[in-house]
Amino acid sequence: MRKLLVRFRYHLLVFLAVIGPGFITANVDNDSGGIFTYSAAGAKYGYLPLWTLLPITLVLIITQEMCSRMGAVTGKGLSDLIREEFGLRVTFVMMTLLVLANMTNVMAEFAGVASSLELFHISRYISVPLAAIFVWFLVVRGNYRSVEKIFLFGCVLYVTYIISGFLVKPDWKEAAIYSVKPILLLDSGYIYMLIGMVGTTIAPWMQFYLQSAVVEKGITAKEYAASRLEVIVGCIMTDVVAFFIIVACAGAIYSVAPRDIQDASEAALGLKPFGQYAFLLFSAGLFNASLFAASILPLSTAYSVCEGLGFEAGVNRRMREAPVFYALYTLLIAVGAGVVLIPQFPLVRMILFSQVLNGVLLPFVLIFMILLINRRDLMGEWINPRWFNLVSWVTVAVMIGLTLALVGISVKGMQ
Amino acid sequence: MADNLLFFTELTGMPVLDLKGSRIGRVKDAALVPLDHPSRIDRFLVGSGDTWFAIRYDQVRSISLASGIHLSDEQITPYHEDEYMLRISRDLLDQQIIDVNGRKVVRVNDLTMEIRQESGRDIVAIVEVDIGLRSIIRRLLEGFLPPRWIRRLQQPIPPNSIRWEFCNAIEPDPHRRLRLNISYDRLEQLHPADLADIVEELSPAEREAIFETIDSEVAADALSEVDPKMQAAILEALEPEKAADIVEEMAPDEAADALSELEDETSEEILDEMESEEKTEVEELLEFPEDTAGGMMNTEYVSLPDTATVADAMAALRTNEDLLETLNTLFLVDAGERLVASVPLARLFVAAGDTFLKDLAAETLVQVSVEETQNRITELFDKYNLLTLPVLDEEGKLAGVITADDIISVLRRK
Repeated sequence: MRKLLVRFRYHLLVFLAVIGPGFITANVDNDSGGIFTYSAAGAKYGYLPLWTLLPITLVLIITQEMCSRMGAVTGKGLSDLIREEFGLRVTFVMMTLLVLANMTNVMAEFAGVASSLELFHISRYISVPLAAIFVWFLVVRGNYRSVEKIFLFGCVLYVTYIISGFLVKPDWKEAAIYSVKPILLLDSGYIYMLIGMVGTTIAPWMQFYLQSAVVEKGITAKEYAASRLEVIVGCIMTDVVAFFIIVACAGAIYSVAPRDIQDASEAALGLKPFGQYAFLLFSAGLFNASLFAASILPLSTAYSVCEGLGFEAGVNRRMREAPVFYALYTLLIAVGAGVVLIPQFPLVRMILFSQVLNGVLLPFVLIFMILLINRRDLMGEWINPRWFNLVSWVTVAVMIGLTLALVGISVKGMQ
Repeated sequence: MADNLLFFTELTGMPVLDLKGSRIGRVKDAALVPLDHPSRIDRFLVGSGDTWFAIRYDQVRSISLASGIHLSDEQITPYHEDEYMLRISRDLLDQQIIDVNGRKVVRVNDLTMEIRQESGRDIVAIVEVDIGLRSIIRRLLEGFLPPRWIRRLQQPIPPNSIRWEFCNAIEPDPHRRLRLNISYDRLEQLHPADLADIVEELSPAEREAIFETIDSEVAADALSEVDPKMQAAILEALEPEKAADIVEEMAPDEAADALSELEDETSEEILDEMESEEKTEVEELLEFPEDTAGGMMNTEYVSLPDTATVADAMAALRTNEDLLETLNTLFLVDAGERLVASVPLARLFVAAGDTFLKDLAAETLVQVSVEETQNRITELFDKYNLLTLPVLDEEGKLAGVITADDIISVLRRK
């Protein structure tokens, strides 16, 4: 018995030691864009879209697991591996697309910061510059470990959505039924929404960030079992949060009068009749999610680019030692925050554009991932088992299909 | 740009012409045979349709950017995979290498080579490894624009290169390492902290390759500077015998810290391989919880009887030469080995040889028991401006010392 307890303690310690990368990556998936997608789904179609969360979780787990495995086994980031195996030109094109896509993503995050704080009557001309400065200093003045702790704390704050979901007092019975009962409506709006929900599940940057974070944390193949568990728990937690966002909006908006909402802050306002706290928590959650993603995206982008192109990178380096890294990092934040302050800036168009870029990039990232993870000289005994390869190719094919569909919709929306 | 310089990106794609001047193909890759020559391109791999030929350096008459490679020999053999060849495009380009001089890990973008005349023929030798923006541009434009244009375009960007002599390729496979004549001897000259930084940048397999081959003493110094989690991973990956060799060379307190990070089985295995003297020392230290004086202390100190003179002290120091670099305090113990005084080392230099050490002792003797907590110890260092703090066991005997560098590590980890 005592031995069992000791073993359990050992496993718990290993689990706690690897916690971070998987949780953070999965949670940032619920960024301002994600929250908007889920809110809009709940506001317009109520509980009907809940069933998609199960496949979404699965897709997330399958793709994230491969990246964290590659990181743990090879000790190299994804852009490192792509560079080493596919050459400079391919890497350069991918990194250029990644920078462009992520720059528009960062804009969306700062827009999320602005609109969530405007709910509290704070002008964006104050909130956005302050948030940008906070984000910049967080990384420049911190080291990886302290930054990760702050990020993990950010993950915990997503609990606000769970509470606000309860405060709205939705119809739990319906929520339970539709969580497992797939409903397909032949309504173009509904299909767009489904594509949007699944299509935004995996963004290219997540794969790069997760793998680098696993490497940076020094997780080895030996600890990999614990790391995989962390990825799975993180993905499930993320979709639990998504569930509560949909449920809150279904209970608060759909059950009163189904309608289209234009952004996530509108969803927060829709929660107001159900109590001040529900509204406050939902808005605070949006602020947290936006700021959280705004902190990670520029960092992750700068890392991936510098790793892939062979520039020095890392928050543990001084500015003079890693000039490209810091320049890129600063540029992403400055531009991302700056455009939000420009009146009349076509932000919605930029966000649609970023969907297109993500969609163009994602197929390559996923296909490269599967090719890399099946290389025995890199992965040794850790290559994909055959059944898993089948599952991942199917997943990748479906994801590519849905993402391209989303690209089509976005391109239409941009005209 | 001097005309005898040639970039690897320019070599690839260069036409190869036979004696009659008709083209037999284009250069696809080139290879060194490091056991023969460290920098001369030994083979040009020429592709023509689906087949690849290997052309030896002595079959070449002339090489120039303008007119390509002219051969002096009709005998051309098909290319066969050869384990003694280091193929540039496949094995070097886009891979990481160690810049020994700049003490960092860099990624190879391109190579700068030199065309030289040697016994009536042109040979090509690697001069520098190119990193940085200039070589990235060359790689991106290679094949799209003629080399002359690319050379002109890159002109305004400052070059960023490492001399080939200072480059150390990294090869995890020991057999290939031998065949390609790759060794890590030069890394042994680096400061352990720099070596540790380099090692932290590499992947696990590459890390092991380095620790497996370098001298145990250097490995121990470098390992002491590595992050504790990575220390454990490295020791676990090595053969217990090699790991034991390295741990033996580490300071006992650091060895104990490193071993305490490992799983019990693994640290047991390593301890079993160690010499008995070092083993007992480390095992004793492992008994103490990490955040107490016992866990923090090391057993490398110099103690003398309280009746000793300065001359005795000098003699004792001569026999402990390996401690001299960091030693700053001597300890005096009575007949029962109980600590009675500490003597700052510097006072020895201004005292006559027959002075009793007791008379040179520090006015206050600060000491702690093995159970003392980390926080309290840090406080003591701060309050008394200590460099070395003696630690006593239950019977009041000197058990070890805590030094200021241990305290700095503790504070940095917080």
